[in-house]
Amino acid sequence: MKSFNIYMTGVGGQGIGLLSEVLSKAFFKLGKNVKAVDTHGLAQRGGTVISQLRAGEIIFSPLISPHEADLVLSLERLETLRGIADMLKNGGKAIYYDAAFQTIDNRLGNDTYPTVTDLESVASKKDIKIIRVFRENLHDSRMQNIILLKELAHSDWIEGFTIELIDNILKEILSPKVYEKNEKLLKD
Amino acid sequence: MNQFARNLIRKDSWSDMMMGNYAVARAMFETGVRVATTYPGSPVPEIANAILTVPEDHRDLYFQYSTNEKVALEVAFGASINGHLSTVFFKSVGLNVAADSAIQLGLLNLIGGMVIILGDDPGAHSSQNEQDNRHFARQSYIPMFEPATPTEAYQMFKEAVKISRKYQAPVFMRLTTHVCHAKERIRFAEIPEHPSDWTSQFNRHNGPYLPITKDVFPLKKKALGRLEELEKYAEQCHFNKILSNAPTKAGIITSSMPILSLQENLLESGASIDILKLGFSYPWPKGKVLDFLKSHDEVLILEELDRILEQEIKSLAFDENIQCKIYVRKTGDDLMGELLPHRTWKILSDFWPALFPPKRKPEQELIVGKRVPQMCPGCGHRSAFHAIKKALPDGTITVGDIGCHSLGFFKPYFMGEALLSMGHSNGTGAGLSIRNKDRKVLTFIGDSTFFHAGIPGIINAIMNNHNMTLVIMENGTTAMTGHQPHAGTGEIGDKISIQKLLEAIGVKFLSRVDTYKQSELTQHIKDAMEFEGFAVVIASHPCMLKFTRIQRQKPNYKQHHVHIDQNICNKTYECIEKFGCPSFTKHNDGHVAINEDLCIGDGSCIQTCPVTAINHANKEDKK
Repeated sequence: MKSFNIYMTGVGGQGIGLLSEVLSKAFFKLGKNVKAVDTHGLAQRGGTVISQLRAGEIIFSPLISPHEADLVLSLERLETLRGIADMLKNGGKAIYYDAAFQTIDNRLGNDTYPTVTDLESVASKKDIKIIRVFRENLHDSRMQNIILLKELAHSDWIEGFTIELIDNILKEILSPKVYEKNEKLLKD
Repeated sequence: MNQFARNLIRKDSWSDMMMGNYAVARAMFETGVRVATTYPGSPVPEIANAILTVPEDHRDLYFQYSTNEKVALEVAFGASINGHLSTVFFKSVGLNVAADSAIQLGLLNLIGGMVIILGDDPGAHSSQNEQDNRHFARQSYIPMFEPATPTEAYQMFKEAVKISRKYQAPVFMRLTTHVCHAKERIRFAEIPEHPSDWTSQFNRHNGPYLPITKDVFPLKKKALGRLEELEKYAEQCHFNKILSNAPTKAGIITSSMPILSLQENLLESGASIDILKLGFSYPWPKGKVLDFLKSHDEVLILEELDRILEQEIKSLAFDENIQCKIYVRKTGDDLMGELLPHRTWKILSDFWPALFPPKRKPEQELIVGKRVPQMCPGCGHRSAFHAIKKALPDGTITVGDIGCHSLGFFKPYFMGEALLSMGHSNGTGAGLSIRNKDRKVLTFIGDSTFFHAGIPGIINAIMNNHNMTLVIMENGTTAMTGHQPHAGTGEIGDKISIQKLLEAIGVKFLSRVDTYKQSELTQHIKDAMEFEGFAVVIASHPCMLKFTRIQRQKPNYKQHHVHIDQNICNKTYECIEKFGCPSFTKHNDGHVAINEDLCIGDGSCIQTCPVTAINHANKEDKK
């Protein structure tokens, strides 16, 4: 009966929009009621960008309350930590693409940037299953979201969310040229 | 035309996941809107993006980006009194710009119909405040719809058109950020035939359209009479409805987005509380509200932002001597920000703790450092701030304006220390410069804002010979809201040259420089600051985000980047502490490296390194 809440996060320009588009279409195709909402505007300039998606039988608000996300999908390490700390429920799940984008305060030495171990220890304290993905020599950083989606399909954490389904949706929403590149990566 | 555009104008009924802003664009095609205008601003710019996916020869809808919201509203008004259904949309504070004309609309007969879409921003996600434009409906006698979901935005726009045409009145549709950007499945209706008719129907006898003194009272009387009629409509409008599981003695009156939070909370608690939802929220139905108050023992008024319904409904209850207990939000904190589900729970729990037991706030065991927005890698504004800072005498006061360059206020530049609104900088700067012998004043403005509301402040500075320097941060687009054209881009009509315009209005010190030429820019600013009187430097560089996106479309695109020679780098950190490009990464051992995901190889940082440790990764990139 309870809804399934996905909190997607990253840094402006990383392609969170596509991630959320694929997932909302996927739930739609799987016959679930979906509500979603993306960040637009100012935050996209190098700030934290989030997308929220809620699927289930009865959904009113597209917005997830703090600590009520079942799944965090993230494209950046620090934002993964933020998503886990602020939004993920205890015992929830997370997959993150391990891109590391320091903040100005990290570079100025006012804040320390988290390590992979920091993330794992926070996850274990909150009983969170966490998967890290990373691809060496990915020639286009805007395709990190495809790697993440691929891992999500392999995890079997969402019933019916398969590589074929992702492929169908990408074909629907991308221009043929962009689709071709993404398809290659999805199926390699 | 892509699939999205084909869907937007397809004649038959269909359904898909759709964002609120896009759904509104579809509603425009269904209702046969003839003229749509805007000035870009979050949260509504995607309405224009949607319309523009349909090529001009495939739509009988004329669309324009106007120079500012006031002009946009006037264009829509002109079209409407010429018999054409029109709509204008802009962000919350855009209404302040348009207000001088908007305030008149409620008094007039808009024969073609006109819907004004407001993008309010509770939570101030991308605005300088969270002003509540429901006030303006009251002030201007203009009726208002308030959708809570994308589906309602689509449906209410269609209803707003109907009402506008029936009463020949302007109608507001007030969207909020998370209605604009929410996505859900929407079933769209067919597009009926709207025969193309561009016959000019303007006739002064439909007016009067000019508020000469003798007409002020008759016009106002008519406007007030129209509101009375609309209140009758409100009583039977199906967007004002009672949602009830089982008859109870507790009720809630609400409107717009908070109803979703409320419904989530009712679902979670299992409580049965009747809801009166006001989708057509001004003028609201007195009879329906009165009946609701009379049939319940206690009623909470749940609204977002200001206490508008609270005060109006309490005043009705006082007049009618209603015995029902009326609850309103308890604290000032509840008047700020969005009423998200967990915040709504807290309000409900203030009044019905048994049904909504107070929740303990989860302990924040982990504080994660903030990520403030920054200028993009390669941004010309960064080079400009870096170069300008070197030219400023101690104590210089810098005044910013709206746009991407507002980000200059953040670390490490701290430039643009005062900001009111679009185009304010030269008025504010002028005030700061009056009889100010101690400190210099430097103002900024972007190119789109220059055309929007910047020109009067500049003319004022020339007219009164204010002693200050203006830097025009010209990036050739309206960057912050998503690269919309403006009068100076040449994408619509002939390009208007800012430089020629300033020459023509008599700016005595005027120069122009590409911001990547940082030492030249520093010198230009020094000269300008020494000039007695009003001086202007146009600091120009194309928006690199837009430029890079275009480059990436090209078949042989290769991402370039710079490289730091670790043997030369002496760790003075000029690159990260002063220039501040996000493409630099500082590692724990103190060495600085390039994040190749972010770096675009523009090379604007190369000149900032005192020991020239930074260079293009490939030699041939230099050109």
